[in-house]
Amino acid sequence: MPEPLLEVDDVSVSYLTDAAEVGAVDHVSLALHTGEFLGIVGESGCGKSTLLFAIAQLLSPPAAITSGRVVFRGQDLVQLTESELRHVRWRDYSVVMQSAMNALNPMKSIGAQFKDTMRAHEHVSNEAIEARSSEVLRLVGIDSAHLDSYPHQLSGGMRQRAMIAMALLFTPQLVIMDEPTSALDVVAQRSLMTQIKDLQQQFGFAVIFVTHDMSVIAHYSDRVMVMYAGQVAEIGATRSIFKQPMHPYSKGLLDAFPSVRGPRRPLIGIPGSPPDLSRPPTGCRFHPRCSEVMPKCLTIEPALYPVGDTDVRCLLFAKSLKDAV
Amino acid sequence: MSNPANADADDNAVILQSIGLTRHFRLGGLLSRRILHAVDDLDLVIHEREIIALVGESGSGKTTVARLLAMIYPPTRGRITYRGKSLHSLRSRKDVLRYRGKVPMVFQDPYSAMNPVFRVSHGVMRNLKLHRPEMDSAQRRAEAERVFDMVGLNPAADMLQKFPYEMSGGQRQRVGFAQALAVQPELILADEPVSMLDVSIRAGILNLMANLRADTGASILYITHDIASARYVADRIVVMYAGHAVEQGPTEVVLSQPKHPYTQLLLSAVPDPRETAAPVSADSGEPPRVINPTEGCRFRQRCPYAIDECARVTPPLRPMGPGHDAACHVAVPESADADGIAVAPSADPAVATRVVRGLGGHGAERAD
Repeated sequence: MPEPLLEVDDVSVSYLTDAAEVGAVDHVSLALHTGEFLGIVGESGCGKSTLLFAIAQLLSPPAAITSGRVVFRGQDLVQLTESELRHVRWRDYSVVMQSAMNALNPMKSIGAQFKDTMRAHEHVSNEAIEARSSEVLRLVGIDSAHLDSYPHQLSGGMRQRAMIAMALLFTPQLVIMDEPTSALDVVAQRSLMTQIKDLQQQFGFAVIFVTHDMSVIAHYSDRVMVMYAGQVAEIGATRSIFKQPMHPYSKGLLDAFPSVRGPRRPLIGIPGSPPDLSRPPTGCRFHPRCSEVMPKCLTIEPALYPVGDTDVRCLLFAKSLKDAV
Repeated sequence: MSNPANADADDNAVILQSIGLTRHFRLGGLLSRRILHAVDDLDLVIHEREIIALVGESGSGKTTVARLLAMIYPPTRGRITYRGKSLHSLRSRKDVLRYRGKVPMVFQDPYSAMNPVFRVSHGVMRNLKLHRPEMDSAQRRAEAERVFDMVGLNPAADMLQKFPYEMSGGQRQRVGFAQALAVQPELILADEPVSMLDVSIRAGILNLMANLRADTGASILYITHDIASARYVADRIVVMYAGHAVEQGPTEVVLSQPKHPYTQLLLSAVPDPRETAAPVSADSGEPPRVINPTEGCRFRQRCPYAIDECARVTPPLRPMGPGHDAACHVAVPESADADGIAVAPSADPAVATRVVRGLGGHGAERAD
């Protein structure tokens, strides 16, 4: 197997407050290869956005990476200074934020914001900027006349597309997306996802896509990582996880969805809510909400156990108790 | 709806009915001629013990409908009758208060719908004081505990003492329902009650709505953009597009035999984690803003079946089957489907795909 494009190695992130240290991301490792589409799912508060920010080196105090490395193309991003990062960020990897309405400057036209972005990372002529800006806007299906438009003149779907266009200004190898479709309607959402997938196939960049909506990534991602309470609960190929989720939490997430097709089934959902990360539960962090909880779950902290090509953090899949400890 | 087949199908008495309900908003200043048509000519009937889902994209007018029914805005045209009496005739504060008690609303955002400086008991107790003045404070307390219990907030006595920030989103939304229940409602207007909540919590609120109807007999108007959750709870579905009701009928009929091309598009776009094949479409999903509309079907620019007639005449709702209506010139009623012309039901996947593929990306250019 070739070197991965991105290797997140045992990364932990804490929010250091006066009262307590809240471990939002707890020893997460993952590898992403060129052209791969990784979906990260979990409830709000499970640490998925924090992990994204840690990968993109966008954390600001009180959040800080307390351990681990983020190796992108052989370079540990955690060790880079802000000015060194400037050469990598946006040119080699870019970020699409959750709310385009808040991420775009309402006082500047789309074109002016594209220009700022390009100027910040490269010395380029106005003509080159103009040409590239129209090109990326066309890529996402927006007429280049909209370079003169202001964010409020675009619909929600178009703003989100403009954000994606901005992320593609430098043909990055990795695009990180934080819930880009959660503010959109189903039809717009599907169209945007299809477009992201098309662009990805066209340019071969890798995507990390964060969402709380299992169904969005079911059709589009190659691999899925389910996060719970700052940890990886399950990671594996999308097809196998959706076909046969192993972690009770993944099952719960899938069962929480009503379906428009097939028989009507009662929805179970997941009782309770995610734990307070300043005081995570003992043993398995999911045990207070788990439908298959066993006595040992309260005391033994499960590791990630390989089952086929999936890794799952659940004692049900520990080969032996010794294995678990 | 004014469709007689539907009235026969449902023996329960009508609680709320709208006839030709219309609401326009003037955009810009007082002299502006730009009129946004949020809702046009909506006929809606809500019976006792019924859960109706009003489904549509953002901007389709569904929230405006809820606000009209809740008397937050007056209608521009048309009327709303409650138990046969027009809401226009409710003049005194007492009558309006009584109506609002019978038809309370639950809001979309449980985070901003509650005053953060009061304990959550405040809203419930205030509702009880306003709408059930016959109760003394001990009775109010007991009643508040009863409704908290009913929506699954227990132990109720402790939960009542909490501040909103101490509760999760799902719990706050339950408080919203408890407040509505405290006034002994006949119909709860629930405006996107689950869209701000996490998936894992949504199921609980959807189940809560179904149980409330079973336990208290209250009807629910469930407003949502999520057709899958509508299917889960609702008996009947009304699909709105750009201010018009374009299709309505019993939930399973509408979902298995959607007649309006927009309903078909909506259904084909719903992601399903249990399916592997990705839905295909070029449609960018931009709903039109209906400013000074001309006559004609508002979906025609996105419709693969549009004919000349669609630009000339606004299609009215026509019966498609028992209790099932669609506002489409091209749609063919159930009995006539056999010859396979025009809009075939999406039960045939090949046809459904064709429908979806045919919807071109007009939306991308439209940005006003």
